[in-house]
Amino acid sequence: MPIQRECTIMRAEKLNPFAWSLTLDAGELARAALPGQFIHVKCGDSRLLRRPISICDTDGNCLRMVFEVRGEGTAWLSRRHTDETLDVLGPLGHGFDLSGRKLLAVGGGIGVPPILNVVRHCKGEAHAILGFRSVDRAMLLDEFRAASSTVSVASDDGSIGTHGFVDALVREKLKGERDVAGVLACGPRPMLRAVAKAAAEAGVPCQVSMEERMGCGVGACLVCACKMADGAYRHVCKDGPVFRAEEVDWDE
Amino acid sequence: MNNAVDLSVTLAGVTLKNPIVVASGTFGFGREYGQFYDLAELGAICVKGLTVLRREGNPPPRIAETPMGILNSVGLQNPGVDAFLAHELPELRRHDVKIIANISGSTPEEYGDMCEKLSEAGVDMIEVNISCPNVKAGGLAYGTRPELAAEVTAIAKKHAAVPVMVKLSPNVTDITEIARAVEDAGADAVSLINTLLGMRIDVASHRPILRQNMGGLSGPAVLPVAVRMVWQVARAVKIPVLGMGGVMTGADAAELMLAGAAAVAVGTACFADPYAPVRVRDELARLASGQGISRVSELTGAVQPW
Repeated sequence: MPIQRECTIMRAEKLNPFAWSLTLDAGELARAALPGQFIHVKCGDSRLLRRPISICDTDGNCLRMVFEVRGEGTAWLSRRHTDETLDVLGPLGHGFDLSGRKLLAVGGGIGVPPILNVVRHCKGEAHAILGFRSVDRAMLLDEFRAASSTVSVASDDGSIGTHGFVDALVREKLKGERDVAGVLACGPRPMLRAVAKAAAEAGVPCQVSMEERMGCGVGACLVCACKMADGAYRHVCKDGPVFRAEEVDWDE
Repeated sequence: MNNAVDLSVTLAGVTLKNPIVVASGTFGFGREYGQFYDLAELGAICVKGLTVLRREGNPPPRIAETPMGILNSVGLQNPGVDAFLAHELPELRRHDVKIIANISGSTPEEYGDMCEKLSEAGVDMIEVNISCPNVKAGGLAYGTRPELAAEVTAIAKKHAAVPVMVKLSPNVTDITEIARAVEDAGADAVSLINTLLGMRIDVASHRPILRQNMGGLSGPAVLPVAVRMVWQVARAVKIPVLGMGGVMTGADAAELMLAGAAAVAVGTACFADPYAPVRVRDELARLASGQGISRVSELTGAVQPW
């Protein structure tokens, strides 16, 4: 059940030229959060809408959120300092199903942070595959190495890890590791589509975390619609953000 | 202190325990915000707009942020009136709150059919939407022509056994003309304003942000328009007005009441603050109490224009 809470910023760091990390004292909100869920953060008084931000990690009452500056709201967030407070609504949404700890967790770009929470919950048994546009956008690699069975990295320009996209690494991993229970992915839509295809080819179930412009964050306003394979719209904030890959209409 | 002020109001013969209503399309069927507080805190709930058949709504993006507002183009996504009656109304009825069913038809007959079903099921009031800017059939077309607005109102009245309130569009030259037309056709109340038609364009991609290009503007940016139109309409008709448009605070609600609203709906504010309707109610009570007002209904139409 979601709650609204003023959360004190305990730590604020810049991870790379594009991404920031804020660690909040979020109390029961942090303790209730599950991997794949998100928080809806008020970004000052001059913007009406909250900003949905994935939960990167939780530890007791601490909740870590990592975001890139995409517009005015996230720019405002990036200027916050330790001991300031944020108005946070959460935990929201339907997260990942983590049955079977031997999972392949795939993140791309700003879809990488929530994947950290996934691998942490798998107690070192999950494999992580991370994709970045370039080395200057890489983040959280030490955290992933400490928490995952293996970590593979790809970049669009070859400046870090394998030159290319994460779906190639997913195919390779699923060939080598025969007992992977599922693929879990978060990232841009074309990446999710490619990863879902790679998982389907290997006959491994795949869950994807989707993104859409959001309003209320709780399922009341119906704006964050995602087209499903059966033709119906479901809502990223309440029905998702995590869906089974085969539920999604990838051609929409 | 708040106990000193009588918050109850009457809207089209229906007594609300307080003047705060939640606006259709911003509150679903109450389930989501019911996780945050008891729905009985509210005066009434206007449920998500219903149509005869289930509608999937418009493709995304359906929302764009604007300076102190939002544009939306949901397109009346809803499960259909029968599913509402089977699954949502019984759940809503567990709470001590008045239920206002909002309906949109693509023919006058559809409005009549829905009024019959909903009256039979015992909703407290029906809000006839003739002002949705986001659907092609019906919707706004009925709300911009007085003779069509009157026709829909007359059919709704004929088939409804509960009070009928007509929701007016601000996207007209003279809103009082439509208000008078629906009053003459028998409407028991009017609600206004629905959203203002707007558009935003992504300058990087040269594409409109909304997939439907245009959408409805709501939020604090529209409050002055709402106050003006409530004032104009309240002076033009004798039936009560449910005022809405950009209410974020108790003072905003008081402005609409002073302009002539018998009750006030809170909508977009919920997206920023789930507790907005309850907070607005408490702020309004404090404001009235501070002015030595014993009944909040005394604010209705109490503006002293220059």
